[in-house]
Amino acid sequence: MTQRRTEILYRICWTMALLLLAVPFVFPFLWMISGGFKSTTEIFGAPTLIPRVWRFENFAEVFTYQPFARQYFNSLYIAATVTVLTLFIASLAGYALARIRFAGAGLLMLFLMMALMVPEEVTIIPNFFLIRAMGLIDTHWPLILLPVFGPQGVVATFLMRQFFLALPRELEEAGKMDGLSRFGVWLKIALPMARPALAAVAIITFLHSWNLFLEPLIFLSSLEKFTLPLALSNFNDSYGLPLWNLQLAATSLAVVPILIIYLIAQRQIIESFALSGVKG
Amino acid sequence: MASRDNAARPASAPWLSLKAREMLEAWLFVSPTLIGFLVFFLGPLVAIFYYSTTEWNLLSQQATFVGLRNFQNALLENPDFWHVVRNSVIFALGLVPLNMALALSLALALSRPFFGVVFFRTVFFAPVVTSAIAWAIVWKFMLQGEGGAVNQMLAWIGIDGPNWLREPNWAMAAVIVTRVIKMVGLNMILYIAALQSIPRDYEEAAALEGASRWQVFRMITWPLLAPTTLVIMVLTTIGSFKVFDHIYQMTGGGPENGTLVLAFYIYQQGFKFFNVGYAAALALIMFVIVMALTLVQVMLRRKEME
Repeated sequence: MTQRRTEILYRICWTMALLLLAVPFVFPFLWMISGGFKSTTEIFGAPTLIPRVWRFENFAEVFTYQPFARQYFNSLYIAATVTVLTLFIASLAGYALARIRFAGAGLLMLFLMMALMVPEEVTIIPNFFLIRAMGLIDTHWPLILLPVFGPQGVVATFLMRQFFLALPRELEEAGKMDGLSRFGVWLKIALPMARPALAAVAIITFLHSWNLFLEPLIFLSSLEKFTLPLALSNFNDSYGLPLWNLQLAATSLAVVPILIIYLIAQRQIIESFALSGVKG
Repeated sequence: MASRDNAARPASAPWLSLKAREMLEAWLFVSPTLIGFLVFFLGPLVAIFYYSTTEWNLLSQQATFVGLRNFQNALLENPDFWHVVRNSVIFALGLVPLNMALALSLALALSRPFFGVVFFRTVFFAPVVTSAIAWAIVWKFMLQGEGGAVNQMLAWIGIDGPNWLREPNWAMAAVIVTRVIKMVGLNMILYIAALQSIPRDYEEAAALEGASRWQVFRMITWPLLAPTTLVIMVLTTIGSFKVFDHIYQMTGGGPENGTLVLAFYIYQQGFKFFNVGYAAALALIMFVIVMALTLVQVMLRRKEME
């Protein structure tokens, strides 16, 4: 009985500690949303979590201050394109690396491993000149090409390879007997079975593209081509000081939908990231 | 065997042996990845060696060969460089242990089911899916000297908080802590996955023999976690050396270059001051640092495995 009681007490203490620790993880989101509704005077006055006066106009001004709807759409379609392309290319390469024995596979793996270790900052300067030589400055192309073929694409390739390694061989043999080509086996047998892996890769890739910052910062200059993270850092007055309420309103608009999707699919999303760590 | 080979050989390419055909298919499958890798990674990596030996005049857009001048400048002449390396090292030394210790503690608390476990996992992981820019914007807002939420809260318990992002030492601490809060969920999840793969029998057997919680952790759990710990250490250290967006949004490298770290310095030199050759040399130095860190840890890991 006493042991049970200490156990319960222990639990309560732990839970209290965890709740306290959760504050810096949760409070910023609440403060962001609250700040988005406040007036400038209230933002710098005594702090209140619930705004005294709700300024819904902030959210309208976000869209007139810069082409925010357009920027939102840019982020969406770029992330979607990057995700689809990555799924296609990474599952092809991942399949070959896992299921076909061919000369050079080992060396290729080694090279790809290298790409995993090297930060984008290292190759960004030559890539800038490459993109400029291709005439693609201030277009969305580098934001699609670099993530698909860069380290993030390699992560995706590895995840797909890990999954395909565990695929039972009999299924492929059966497919070949039925006269399917390699491509057919990949498309009709391997891919449908890889749905969980494809979902994991899709989640990680989409979020990576959605949150990409260095590349947009370097390659984009026209406001209507900006992506969301770049747009968010751009709510400043003529002195370069942040327009806090607009910036927080815009940040809420960018973060809350992702947060809602995360809350709905949190299990799947967390598992995808857990998978991505196993790659090392 | 022979009959199966025949069955698998398509009518469309009868002149190729099965092995050659397999080979061709494999290379076709990996070719998009391979071409992308050569064009956007390996090519640039080789080019960085060339760029690092040049000096650029932005007006003429001409590169002049200057040999090792840029490296000489970075390593011997420009005091900024060592200041930046020092900042990067401080950032890593602050972030990596803090992140890993917190991640492990959280994972130990949340690896077994109990009422509310999903809630806590969800909460601690939420910043991971949030963009670093958004996270940095909100924290910059909360860390303002006057009227910032953090200082208002500190005032309740009688502490007069500093102007966090305006004083070099506090700014660095603030950037490290907010970055840890942003990223710790990822390592927590990796640790939880590892903890869940440890058979409970070991720990239960030890507990039955009268081992305390701490002893069970020290003698059983921690050694079994070693491979995971090393992977997490590599990933977190590399991650800390490439931190950019967080710094860009929160401090812009300031105040007094107090948070100017390597990744930000490369961006600043290359894309703000257009010292392209110098920035390329810096990038190469960063490459060497990251590679060295990785290799050391891979070797440690191999040793551990043996």
